[in-house]
Amino acid sequence: MTTVAATAAKTARAAKPATMAQALQRAMRDAMAEDPAVHVLGEDVGALGGVFRVTDGLAAEFGEDRCTDTPLAEAGILGTAVGMAMYGLRPVVEMQFDAFAYPAFEQLTSHVAKMRNRTRGALPMPITIRVPYGGGIGGVEHHSDSSEAYYMATPGLHVVTPATVDDAYGLLRAAIASDDPVVFLEPKRLYWSKAQWSPEAPATVEPIGRAVVRRTGLSATLVTYGPSLTVCLEAAEAARAEGWDLEVVDLRSLVPFDDETVIASVRRTGRAVVVHESNGFGGPGGEIAARISERCFHHLEAPVLRVAGFDIPYPPPMLEQHHLPGVDRVLDAVARLQWEADS
Amino acid sequence: MKKSSTTVQEPPGAVVHRSTPPPAWQPRTDPAPLLPDREPYRVLGTEAVADADPELLLRLYAELVRGRRFNAQATALTKQGRLAVYPSSTGQEACEVAAALVLQEQDWLFPSYRDTLAVVARGLDPVQALTLLRGDWHTGYDPREHRIAPLSTPLATQLPHAVGLAHAARLKGDDVVALALVGDGGTSEGDFHEALNFAAVWNAPVVFLVQNNGFAISVPLAKQTAAPSLAHKAVGYGMPGRLVDGNDAPAVHAVLAEAVRRARSGGGPTLIEAVTYRIEAHTNADDATRYRGDAEVEAWRAHDPVRLLEHELTERGMLDEGGIRRAAEDADAMAARLRDRMNADPELEPMDIFAHIYAEQTSQLHEQAVQLRAELDASAEPADDARGQGEAR
Ligand SMILES: Cc1ncc(C[n+]2csc(CCOP(=O)(O)OP(=O)(O)O)c2C)c(N)n1
Repeated sequence: MTTVAATAAKTARAAKPATMAQALQRAMRDAMAEDPAVHVLGEDVGALGGVFRVTDGLAAEFGEDRCTDTPLAEAGILGTAVGMAMYGLRPVVEMQFDAFAYPAFEQLTSHVAKMRNRTRGALPMPITIRVPYGGGIGGVEHHSDSSEAYYMATPGLHVVTPATVDDAYGLLRAAIASDDPVVFLEPKRLYWSKAQWSPEAPATVEPIGRAVVRRTGLSATLVTYGPSLTVCLEAAEAARAEGWDLEVVDLRSLVPFDDETVIASVRRTGRAVVVHESNGFGGPGGEIAARISERCFHHLEAPVLRVAGFDIPYPPPMLEQHHLPGVDRVLDAVARLQWEADS
Repeated sequence: MKKSSTTVQEPPGAVVHRSTPPPAWQPRTDPAPLLPDREPYRVLGTEAVADADPELLLRLYAELVRGRRFNAQATALTKQGRLAVYPSSTGQEACEVAAALVLQEQDWLFPSYRDTLAVVARGLDPVQALTLLRGDWHTGYDPREHRIAPLSTPLATQLPHAVGLAHAARLKGDDVVALALVGDGGTSEGDFHEALNFAAVWNAPVVFLVQNNGFAISVPLAKQTAAPSLAHKAVGYGMPGRLVDGNDAPAVHAVLAEAVRRARSGGGPTLIEAVTYRIEAHTNADDATRYRGDAEVEAWRAHDPVRLLEHELTERGMLDEGGIRRAAEDADAMAARLRDRMNADPELEPMDIFAHIYAEQTSQLHEQAVQLRAELDASAEPADDARGQGEAR
């Protein structure tokens, strides 16, 4: 053990490649070390460290009372977290996969989201609900849903999703520190994405509710978040050859929504495409496109377009590449932004 | 089929097994001590009454009388339009009162929508307890101040909260027991199952009291469950199940007290089924004649919780005509105060609908609040004044 500690100390300040999963683990670890009220609970979060190893080592370091393997029951996990929060704890709950969070929906919508309001501020719900979401990892059915629209439609919840290793750390710290419930959507296919990252001097804690311009450009804005960010950045590179100078906005937070950043960008570029992999119909893109249209109508050179997953139950893994919006679909949409009044 | 009279398989004859199953196949708990008795526990009219604390008996009586009166008054308030709805607990007062009195100050109560009486008997201002039913804000009190969770409208969802809170308190080393109330219908919900399972696995200091009042709105217990009793469900989770006569106030109190003691001393959770009856309809808006007959109701009226205790106390010379009258007068005075206070219109501030959604208002909500403020200001202006002046300004 001493050798490990010594090595860690030696490389203390050196940035080295870290995965998003490691950054998330680090965020929980730091939060737990700082505040004894922070408790992690969920299925397999203890000895196993979660099926994605995001809670790796927490039970060993903080004990089973702080990082608890619960019975297999999502409503029970979130429902007991409500009671724990009532007693002053800050539970961080792991839902094993997106589609397995559905049994907890009643607790989420009827209690977690409403408790502050129902009690006129007396009972805040400082609960973080971590949900691995989205596809692209070849998961079988029920392992690839993008459920953000459900959460967004529930007042009282914050909904955030990181797309970078830095944000994974910073946003999760902010979520755990928040006195409000935060649905923290973790893009599964980015879990193993790496970045130069110094775990000893981690990135700043990112306030919830701020979008960021990941790439500046002048001819159109791609509005995106989570797993689709890498797609959009790639598309923006590819579009250069066609003469498009694309700006890419990473929302990071779906609720609250950073109108300011999005509007400023679209007013500059005059064109916008919203890109996400969740279903298009009734999906987040509709809300975002409407907000842009309402606020940027006179600045728009073309209708706001959406590139989204098809309106189908998540397809089998061998076909998921046809469902997930990729670079080509984004580029096609960009091409359609060359809007002619009679087209 | 050799025997048609039974569906239970005959045990196989003596077979020499080559191996015994590994430990996972061994029973983890001896079910025998967890099983409820066949008959509900009773105190009134039995020898057990001699052991009951006289002071407690008189206190229970006073609270029962007040509770009965409260139910009548609240129902009357629905007729005057002062309450949007009231689910009466007439007939169930013994459960409500015992639940409130068994707890110590630091303990927590997790009520369902029918449990206004328990909340009031615990000491909450009745007007605060009635905010939800009045159509005012959901929870008219600070749950932490009174250690009373909000009255839960979605069935059984408060049960996992009780478990989580009790668990958290125990982790902190605090001497806190959570008592959660649920109806017979609520025991069919998944949250009931999950809460009991978590409580037993975590050995949480929590007590579950099912008020089996015979009906879930119109659906009788027989259509709700096929279990021998609701108390039997406890065994499957590994906690004791107890059956009690829910109209026998000292019996409910005794069984609850035993369970609370066990929880407090680290003995884990208990499931208690109190067998009682809902004398009134589900709420004032329900028509009970569509699903049950008068005879059944009358039979239960003969087993009334207030009369049962009153009879016992008078028999034992602990209560006389004067005492009965004083209890009734006290209850009347309480009802009169309640009526007066409920007859004043609550002051509601429309802009409050944007308060307490989040710790900090989002810009989206801020915009909507500005819109409502403008609408309110516009409607506050005198009608003829407002007309045509909009453009002028
Ligand atoms: C989750 C949920 N489903 C349905 C309802 C509508 N509902 C309100 S009360 C009730 C019956 C409840 O019966 P029971 O649990 O026996 O309690 P009681 O009303 O008899 O006290 C129903 C179905 C509800 N409140 N919550």
